[in-house]
Amino acid sequence: MTRDDWYRHDRLPHIYCSGCGNGSIINCVLEAVSDIGWNIDETVFISGIGCSSRAPGYIQTDSLHTTHGRAIAFATGVKLANPDLHIVIFTGDGDLGAIGGNHFIHACRRNIDLTVICINNYIYGMTGGQGSPLTPYGKKSTTTPYGACEMPFDLCNLAVAAGANYVSRWTSYHVTELTKAVTAGLLTEGFSFIEVISQCPTSYGRRNSLREVSDQILYLKNNAVLHQRWKRMQEKGEDLSSDQFVVGEFIRQSRPSMGVSR
Amino acid sequence: MSRTEFFQGNIACAEGALAAGCRFFGGYPITPSTEVAEHLALKLPKVKGGCFIQMEDEIAGIAAVIGASWTGVRAMTATSGPGFSLMMENIGYAIMTETPCVIVNIQRGGPSTGQPTMAAQGDMMQCRFGSHGDSSIIALCPASVQECFELTVKAFNLADQFRTPVFLMADEAIGHMRERISIPDSVPYTGRKPAEKDTLPFKPDEDLIPGFAPFGSGHHVPVTGLTHDWRGYPATTNPDLHAELVSRLYHKIEDKRNGIADYEIENREASVVFICYGAPARTVAQVLHDQKHDGKDDLGCLRLRIVWPFPEALLEQFPHASVFIVPELNLGMISREIQRHTAVPVRSVSKIGGELHTPRELLQVAEEYR
Amino acid sequence: MRHEVRFSGFGGQGIILSAVILGRAAVLYDNKNAVQTQVYGPEARGGASMSAVIIDDEDILFPKVINPNIFVIMSQEGFLKYGAGAPGNAVMLLDSGLVHDRPSCRYYEIPASREAKDRLGKIIVANIVMLGSLVAATGIITKEALEAGILSSVPKGTEDLNIRAMKLGFDLIMEGKGEP
Repeated sequence: MTRDDWYRHDRLPHIYCSGCGNGSIINCVLEAVSDIGWNIDETVFISGIGCSSRAPGYIQTDSLHTTHGRAIAFATGVKLANPDLHIVIFTGDGDLGAIGGNHFIHACRRNIDLTVICINNYIYGMTGGQGSPLTPYGKKSTTTPYGACEMPFDLCNLAVAAGANYVSRWTSYHVTELTKAVTAGLLTEGFSFIEVISQCPTSYGRRNSLREVSDQILYLKNNAVLHQRWKRMQEKGEDLSSDQFVVGEFIRQSRPSMGVSR
Repeated sequence: MSRTEFFQGNIACAEGALAAGCRFFGGYPITPSTEVAEHLALKLPKVKGGCFIQMEDEIAGIAAVIGASWTGVRAMTATSGPGFSLMMENIGYAIMTETPCVIVNIQRGGPSTGQPTMAAQGDMMQCRFGSHGDSSIIALCPASVQECFELTVKAFNLADQFRTPVFLMADEAIGHMRERISIPDSVPYTGRKPAEKDTLPFKPDEDLIPGFAPFGSGHHVPVTGLTHDWRGYPATTNPDLHAELVSRLYHKIEDKRNGIADYEIENREASVVFICYGAPARTVAQVLHDQKHDGKDDLGCLRLRIVWPFPEALLEQFPHASVFIVPELNLGMISREIQRHTAVPVRSVSKIGGELHTPRELLQVAEEYR
Repeated sequence: MRHEVRFSGFGGQGIILSAVILGRAAVLYDNKNAVQTQVYGPEARGGASMSAVIIDDEDILFPKVINPNIFVIMSQEGFLKYGAGAPGNAVMLLDSGLVHDRPSCRYYEIPASREAKDRLGKIIVANIVMLGSLVAATGIITKEALEAGILSSVPKGTEDLNIRAMKLGFDLIMEGKGEP
């Protein structure tokens, strides 16, 4: 099967805005899944609420589009009741980082055999661009009209600290690296977490001086600092600028996990 | 064959789940329901395919149960007031997605943290109307340890048959007391109607219920809590489709309420009739027994083992009734439901605080109408 | 005949277990009906714990104790909270070393904790001593049923100790100790 065989073609076209990063990210995930050769009948996509969580609806497998923030909790039940199923979760920065935060850290702690793709567009896109726990400090949204005055989460650090077996971060620009990271996550036993920073021209870019889609893509390209380079910077006592963020693989380990098919 | 035990209601409920073939429990400990979880933590890992998981909260508990149910296994959770409140959104999800599951609520005094160790029936309306939107559900109310077992079994059968969440609405008094129970070697079983090949996953049959296709069976079912068509595809702005879906979810249960009804009737000729469910039924039984012993058999009783969907036709079974006396461990919830279905005067005898009505208290009320 | 038995003492004495053993023995080994209930509140942890058993040949309808006619009291606090109001026609077994007051009803003074410690070396089985005395004094279930109930309830490896405690309870009644 090729990537395109995984799409639920009669559901297309999708509801995403033009210029949205979700399409490329879903492409990368389905590329990884089809490359591995998972059986479409034994793969389940699960999601919560939000733009990213609409992804499973466009995929030709069993899928569970659940309540806001709870995708991982639903997935935990599916996986433990039938460990032979492969499970991939689509979620977003609001769905996972805010309302679903507790389920996230507990799934990392349990190290349950799920792969979570968190599309981080820095805001709640579906509902018009409200601030999320990942809205960068000082950036504007409809609920942070004077600039976010709270510090954001670093979901990758959170996942590493809570015990996930695989954690990486890429962007919608880094499609090759992202596909490889998703593949690594799918193949790692235990909890795999891949954060993908993505553009939302409709609700984020236009409020934060990134009017064109290309502006935001370039922003992601130019501000991504490789994990290895960030380590060298730290050794020299250098800091990231307020716009920079770290990409790459943060951990790949084999802590005891649960829900693994035997 | 059967074996006799001296069990708590909560343990009997867990044993009923095991006998019914429940293979998944997801939940969060909360008094006074915790023994259900503890017993299944002990037993489920020793059953083939059995899985117990203590989740991070009740929201996750019911979520995991719904997820597990989609793999085709029988799944349940158990909780009490505060946890029940937390579950409400996902219970609505189970209703909308037609996911069979069993939710045990060992009721305690509320609102809020209230009385964790005392009996109440204050969640009877919440189980019926607690999740947002129009819907119908099924709720069973055991009045003995034996019924904790039997009605848990029945709850699984009804959940599978109607593809809906089913509630075992017990209370702290029944859940925590120990008494004789006879556990049979086998129990009645009605499973899920399987989806036929190449049918749409949410296309109902004549009984208004679609066949079920578990995850992994090749049906590629897209499940969503959004208003959806027969394919399972979101169609959130189509008024007719929403009306059709939600009406069907309501009618697939409400239209069958006479068949679903489970009850006991004593003395149809009575003029003074008790209507009861759960622990207060024990007090009513004592009153009727004592009165009969004294040669007075003018009292009657309708005891509901299933309260929702409300079987209003049963109220017609007492042609000479001059009053329905309704003792409840709340400020009068089901009494109001009775009231809207009958011209017979309804006397609510509510008691909150955690203790059962005494036989003397109920007899005094009955005496007023003799 | 409906018997309502109320047990009280302090947390850790095995008050709840005593009631469960009595109920289980009645149901499983004496073909009677029984309902056991208990106080679950946080005050039952450190303070006075209470558990009740109803035993009847007929079906037990109302499951809560209304007028207990048999009391087993193992602490002074338990006496004050759950035993002091015992009606005149009741019978009470009290751990005479731990309960200082005496009721107005008929009672047996059972030095259960002291005897358990002195004769068996384990104060932990004082509740079983009290159960033995209870059954010997009242006959609400048979001694054989009690023995079977104890054996099916106590941890493995402690059966012998517990049976000796039960028999000590029988003896304390036979020896005439604590006659009112």
